[in-house]
Amino acid sequence: MELLVSGDSSNGSRPGWLLVHAGAVFSFLYLPIAVLIVYSFNGEGVGGFPPHRLTLDWYRILFADAPLWDSVFNSLQVAFAAMMIALAFGIPAALALDRAQFPGKALFRRLVLLPLILPGIITGLSLLMLFNVIGAKLSLMTIILGHGTALISVATTEVFAGLQKLDRAQEEASLDLGANYWQTFWRVTVPNLKLPIIGAALLIFTLSMDEIAVSFFLIGRDNTLPLEIWGRLRRGITPEINAVSTIIFIFSLVTIVFWYRLRVRAEGTADVGAELIEGTARPER
Amino acid sequence: MPPTTTSATAITAGMSSAAKPNLLSIRNVAKTFGRNIVLRNVSLEIAEGEFLTILGESGSGKTTLLRIIAGFESATSGELWMGDERLGSVRLDHQPPYRRRVNTVFQHYALFPHLTVEQNVAYGLRVAKRPEEEIRQRVAEALDKVKMSAHAKSKPSKISGGQQQRVALARALVNRPRLLLLDEPLSALDANLRRQMQVELKSLQREVGIAFVFVTHDQEEAMVMSDRIALLRSGELEQVATPREIYRRPATAYVAQFIGHTNLLKGEVRSGVARAGSLSWSATLPDGPVLFSLRPEHVRPAGTGTTSGAVRVRGKVLQQAFHGATELLRVECADGLVLVMRTASGVGSQNEVELEFSPADAVVVRESPERS
Amino acid sequence: MFSRAYKTVVTVPPLMWVAVFLLVPYLLMFCYSFWSVSPAQTIVHSWNLDNYKELLQKTVYWQTLLRSMWIAARVMLFSLLLGYPLAYFLSFYAGKRKDLFYQMVIIPLWVSYLVRAYAWKTILGSDGVLNTLLQYVHVTSHPLDFLLYSPFAVVLTLTHIYTPFTFLPIYAVLEHIPRNLVEASHDLGATPAQTFWKVIFPLSIPGVLAGATFAFVLSLGDFLAPLLLGGPSGIMISNIVVSLFGAAYNWPLGAAISLGMLVIVVSLLFFSERLEKKWSFS
Repeated sequence: MELLVSGDSSNGSRPGWLLVHAGAVFSFLYLPIAVLIVYSFNGEGVGGFPPHRLTLDWYRILFADAPLWDSVFNSLQVAFAAMMIALAFGIPAALALDRAQFPGKALFRRLVLLPLILPGIITGLSLLMLFNVIGAKLSLMTIILGHGTALISVATTEVFAGLQKLDRAQEEASLDLGANYWQTFWRVTVPNLKLPIIGAALLIFTLSMDEIAVSFFLIGRDNTLPLEIWGRLRRGITPEINAVSTIIFIFSLVTIVFWYRLRVRAEGTADVGAELIEGTARPER
Repeated sequence: MPPTTTSATAITAGMSSAAKPNLLSIRNVAKTFGRNIVLRNVSLEIAEGEFLTILGESGSGKTTLLRIIAGFESATSGELWMGDERLGSVRLDHQPPYRRRVNTVFQHYALFPHLTVEQNVAYGLRVAKRPEEEIRQRVAEALDKVKMSAHAKSKPSKISGGQQQRVALARALVNRPRLLLLDEPLSALDANLRRQMQVELKSLQREVGIAFVFVTHDQEEAMVMSDRIALLRSGELEQVATPREIYRRPATAYVAQFIGHTNLLKGEVRSGVARAGSLSWSATLPDGPVLFSLRPEHVRPAGTGTTSGAVRVRGKVLQQAFHGATELLRVECADGLVLVMRTASGVGSQNEVELEFSPADAVVVRESPERS
Repeated sequence: MFSRAYKTVVTVPPLMWVAVFLLVPYLLMFCYSFWSVSPAQTIVHSWNLDNYKELLQKTVYWQTLLRSMWIAARVMLFSLLLGYPLAYFLSFYAGKRKDLFYQMVIIPLWVSYLVRAYAWKTILGSDGVLNTLLQYVHVTSHPLDFLLYSPFAVVLTLTHIYTPFTFLPIYAVLEHIPRNLVEASHDLGATPAQTFWKVIFPLSIPGVLAGATFAFVLSLGDFLAPLLLGGPSGIMISNIVVSLFGAAYNWPLGAAISLGMLVIVVSLLFFSERLEKKWSFS
C-alpha cells in the first residue's frame, strides 16, 4: 500500500519552522475569536487591556433584547426555507449534471456554481434589479429567494460528489427487478445520498444563518440576525455584540464538527469541503 | 519468540566465502508496527553482482524488508551494513534514503507525472548536480538500454504500463547504484509481457553487473530469474539457496509446498525403516517422526523407473489436470493417502494406476510450525 | 439507462430556476448599465453609453479599482503564505492529528464573517485590545492610528477570513499526491527540501491557483470589511457600488460598475481554470 499512505513521516523528521508556522497560523485564526469571547465576560466592555471584572451582564442584556431575538427568528425561518429551496433544486441539478446531456449543459454548470465564487454583492445586486423590475417588495421572501439561489451550488456540489461515488449498478439492479424510476429514486438513490444530503443541508443552513453580503441588498423591513448586528455596529460597539458573537461561534463550532463527523462517516477523511472549491475550480471533472 | 536457527544455516548456504565484505549485510533485523510483528530477526548477506529474490506471500514481510533496505522504514532492531572497498563496512541504516547508494524500482513505478520520460530518468543526476553534458549522455544510454529512446519526450500518462516500468528501471539504473531494489515490478503486467520482462530483466542485470534484490510472491518468477532465493514466511527466513538447491532440497515443508508442487508424507522411522501410511522403505535415519517431500515428477507409473528398490503402490485416479507438456494426476491410494503424479501428456485418461518412486527422491524436511 | 422523462424531470426545474434567478438578473444588470437616472430619482430606460463614459473618464473609479486590486493582491499573497505551509504541514507531517488539525482549520471558515470582522475591529481600535495591550506593557506610549480605519486593517481582516479558503484546495491537491512519488524522489537522492521544489510544489500548482483565485476575487468584491474597518483610505470599488444603490442613488451607474466587476471576475476564473488544466498532471 504505497500509494496514499499518508501520515507516515517518510519525509523524515519534520522541520521545526513548519511547526512554528502552523502554530502561528492557528493562533492568528483563533486569537481574535478568543479575544471576542473573553471580552464578552468583561465588565468594562470592549477594548482595554487587561480585562477586569468578570460578569455575565452582557449575556443578561442579550437575552432580554427582543429585537435581536426577532431577528434570530427571522434568520431561522429564512435558513430553513432557503435550505428547502436549495435542496429541492440542487439535488435535481446534481442528477442532471451526472446523468443528462442537454444543450447549454456547460453554461448551466457554470451558472449554478458561480454564486459560490462570485462576491456576494454581484449576486445580491443582480437579484435586487430583478425584484425591482418585476415590482416585488423587499422582504424576508426576497432574502429567502436570494439565499436559496446562492446556495443551490452547495447542494449541487455535495450531492454530485455523492453521485460519483454511487454504484450505478445498484440503480440498474433496481430497474431490473421491476421498480420504475420514481421508486428507484426513493428506494435506492436517495438512501445512498443520505449523508451528502444531510451534510449539504447542515452547511446550507449554517451559511444562510451567517449570510450578510447578499442579504444586505435584499432586506425589507425585517432583519436577519447578521443584519441586525450590522445595524447596531454602525451605531457603535457594545459588548452585547461580543456576547451574541460568542454564542454564534459556539453554534457554528458544534454544527461544523458534527458535519465533519458526518462526512468522515460517509467517505473517510480529507477533501472534506474541498469539493466545493474543486467544484468551481475544476468543473470538468 | 525465540529466534530460529533457520537464518544461521540459511546464511551459509549457497554463499561463497569471500575475503572482501559483502555488498549488503542485514543483521538481526526486526520490525514491528504497533503490536504487529512484521519481521523477526532476519539476517541475510547479499553479494556483489548477484540477483537475489526475496520470495514470500503477502504479509510475509518481504516488502517491509525491502523498504528497510531502501530507507523508507527503519528497523525496530538490527543493523544494516554496506561493504565498502576503502572503508570496510559502513553502517547503512542510520542514513536517510537520499544518501544511500541504493535505488528502487517501485511497484507502481512512481514516475513523476509532470516530467517527461527523459526528465524522469535524469532526476537523480540533476539532484546530484552532475554536469549537463554528462547527464545527457548517461540518460540517452540508459534509455537505450531499456529500449525507450523513442519515447524520451513523452509524459508518463501517455505510455503503457510496460513502458513505464522500463522508464522506472532506467531512472534507477542511470545513477549507478551499488544495489538495485525491485518491489514486485512485474505484478501489474499481463502474463505474456511478464515473461518477456523476466528475461529482459535477467539479461539486463548480467549486463550492468549491479546486484539486484527482487521482491515477488510468484515462485516461478523467482526460480527463473534468481541466482539465489530467500524465502520469507511470517517475517522469518525459511531458506536461502539457489533455485536448484531450494527445489531439490527444500529445508521445510513450507518451502517444499510453496515452490512447485509436492507430496508431503508424514511418517515415522524405526530401526532404519521409514513408514508413511501403508508405504515403507529402508532409510538410514534416526528413529522418530519424520516428514518427507516427494515431487510429483518423481512419482512415476510402476515399472518405468531404472533404479531398483522402488516403493510401489496402487491407487485410483481422482483428478487428471492437463498442463500442456505434462499432466498432474491425483491418485488415491490405500489408507486414503493421496499422491500427486506428474507424467508426460498423452497417456489418456486412466482409472486405476500403479505408481512407484525411489526412496532417494523422498527428501526429509522440517515441520513449518504456525507463527503468530 | 435513464429515460427521457427522467432526464427532463431532473433537468428542467433547476434549469428554470437558474435561468430566472441567475441568468435573467445578470442580463438585467447588463441592461441597467445602459440606462440612466433622471433628476427626479427615477430610472430612465433610454439606452446610452453615458455610464461607461463616466467610468472611463473619471479617475476616481480607476483609482478605487486599482486600490481594490492592490488590496486583493495582498490578501491573496498573505493568505497563500499562511495557507500553503499549513497545508503542507498537515498533509505530510501531521500524522495521527491530521483530522483534528483539519477541523481546526475549517471551523473559522464557518464562523460568521461578521463576527470575525467585528473581532478585528475591537482589537485594532485606538481603545482596542491591541493598543491597550501595547501600552500596558510599555511598548508604545500612545495608540497606533494606522491599525484601524486603513487599508492595513482591511488586508489583515480579509487575510484572516480567506486563509482557510486558500488552504482547502491546496490541501486537497497535496493529499492527492501519491506518497510513492515522495519516496521515489528520496530514493533518487533528493532531500526533503529538493523533493518539495521539484516534485510536490509543481504538482500542487492547480490547488494554489484555485486558492489564489478565490482569495483575490472574493477580496476584490468585498464591501463589508472596508465599511467596518477601512475608513476613508480603505474604500474599495464595491463600496462605491453600494452607495450608488443607496444614498447616491444611481442604479445604472452602479450596474455598470458591477457588470465590470463581473466581467473581471469571470475572466480571472476563466484564465485560472485554463492554467490549472495546463498544470494538472493526474
